[in-house]
Amino acid sequence: MVNSGRADHGYQASGVAAVEIARLRVSRGGQDVIPDLSASIRRGEITGLLGPSGCGKTTLMRSIVGVQRVAGGTVQVLGKPAGSASLRRRVGYVTQAPSVYPDLTIDENLAFFARVVGAPPGSVEQTLATVGLEAAGDRVVGRLSGGQRSRVSLAVAMLSDPDVLVLDEPTVGLDPVLRKQLWATFAALASQGATILVSSHVMDEAERCDRLLLMREGVLIADDSPPALLASTHTSDIESAFLSLVDVEVSS
Amino acid sequence: MNPGITLAVARRVLLQLRRDHRTVAMLLLVPCALLTLLWWMFDRDVSAFDHLGPPLLAMFPFIVMFLVTSVTTLRERSSGTLERLLSMPVAKLDLLLGYSIAFGVVALVQAMLAVGLTVGLLGLEVAGPVWALALVAVADAVLGTTLGLFVSAFAETEFQAVQFMPAVVIPQILLCGLFVPRGALPDVLHGVSGVLPLSYAVDSMQRLQESASLTGDFWYDLLVISAFVVAAIALGAATLRRRTA
Repeated sequence: MVNSGRADHGYQASGVAAVEIARLRVSRGGQDVIPDLSASIRRGEITGLLGPSGCGKTTLMRSIVGVQRVAGGTVQVLGKPAGSASLRRRVGYVTQAPSVYPDLTIDENLAFFARVVGAPPGSVEQTLATVGLEAAGDRVVGRLSGGQRSRVSLAVAMLSDPDVLVLDEPTVGLDPVLRKQLWATFAALASQGATILVSSHVMDEAERCDRLLLMREGVLIADDSPPALLASTHTSDIESAFLSLVDVEVSS
Repeated sequence: MNPGITLAVARRVLLQLRRDHRTVAMLLLVPCALLTLLWWMFDRDVSAFDHLGPPLLAMFPFIVMFLVTSVTTLRERSSGTLERLLSMPVAKLDLLLGYSIAFGVVALVQAMLAVGLTVGLLGLEVAGPVWALALVAVADAVLGTTLGLFVSAFAETEFQAVQFMPAVVIPQILLCGLFVPRGALPDVLHGVSGVLPLSYAVDSMQRLQESASLTGDFWYDLLVISAFVVAAIALGAATLRRRTA
């Protein structure tokens, strides 16, 4: 499904940051949800954002997409301030709860969003095939299973063939076969230059990422590749690495 | 703004409505049922029906469209699709106008049915032309739609949205001149009724009922209602936020 002129955007060189976050502060109800966060997300990579539920993953993702009211700091996406009008076609966002219309069919949902983002003809069929729903186009979304619904939501985000895909727990409730397929899709997209940020609270998905951001209570406690993370914490799986980092943090 | 996107939004809202048979039935039939009830109540006093019919013809579509629109828009907000749309290349006016067009179409059908029923079957007699009656009814239904769109920006749940009905709609009903002629209201209330859109709808309906020719006042009232429609859409767009806490 990918390929349309991504090379034209001038961010092709690997190592260039697609997302640059500097001293981001987000507060809600007088409390800092994210007190002071800086990170960069590299282009053409799959970055995993891991951490327990409620640690600020969604808030961070919303800040990158530009729908979160922020209290301070900057977030640059593809060289522009997050949420800029010119980014709205280039950044795809999948919220945790599937944001599609339950009273429309899959086809109707995708056709609507395709018109909104100005997706090329044929993109509806292509994205449906990518998420494995090509045979279900005429089914009403409200009658689909939770996993199918989130796949429709994912397909919507892929319609405009975005340069940056921000996915908030996209694989929750999916069967292992499908999860594997989706991760293969993410890898294929990334190899063609797309930048993918995936959040998960399931640590075993971490090893499929090029890079990991571990988050706890609004603070990044690690920013490294999975092997480097295991090596530096002397652990054999990401969950233990996370626990050991929390221990270090608590005791210091 | 992009007319293609505006129309896509309108089409999508109508598509959603098409699957919701119960809402469509409520939208189209409730005003008709209420007007029939009124006709029945004044079975022995036909002139009273002639007197009350036109103002209520303006009021029922207004109330029904207000409710349905505010709840529907709120559903878009709570389902996350609004946030998704606002992260896409959609102008806020595209959304507001798309919704207004879709519900405007419903309002048109609804007002036609209500006017057709009262004039055709229930024998409502007005001095002015029937098309003018229909025009005011449609304008008022569209007004209900746009006000519903606007206030839904201030509600966080569907439950709150429904509460705006008594807060926003009932004062207009009380002050529109149906219970106490507007001229006979205390000065302050008379002033208040002068800034409420429903007053103009009821005024123009009452004028239609009494005089056969359309005066400048009729067009003035219609202009005021249209101005409220435009203002509600503009305010609705202005209060829609791409970034939320």
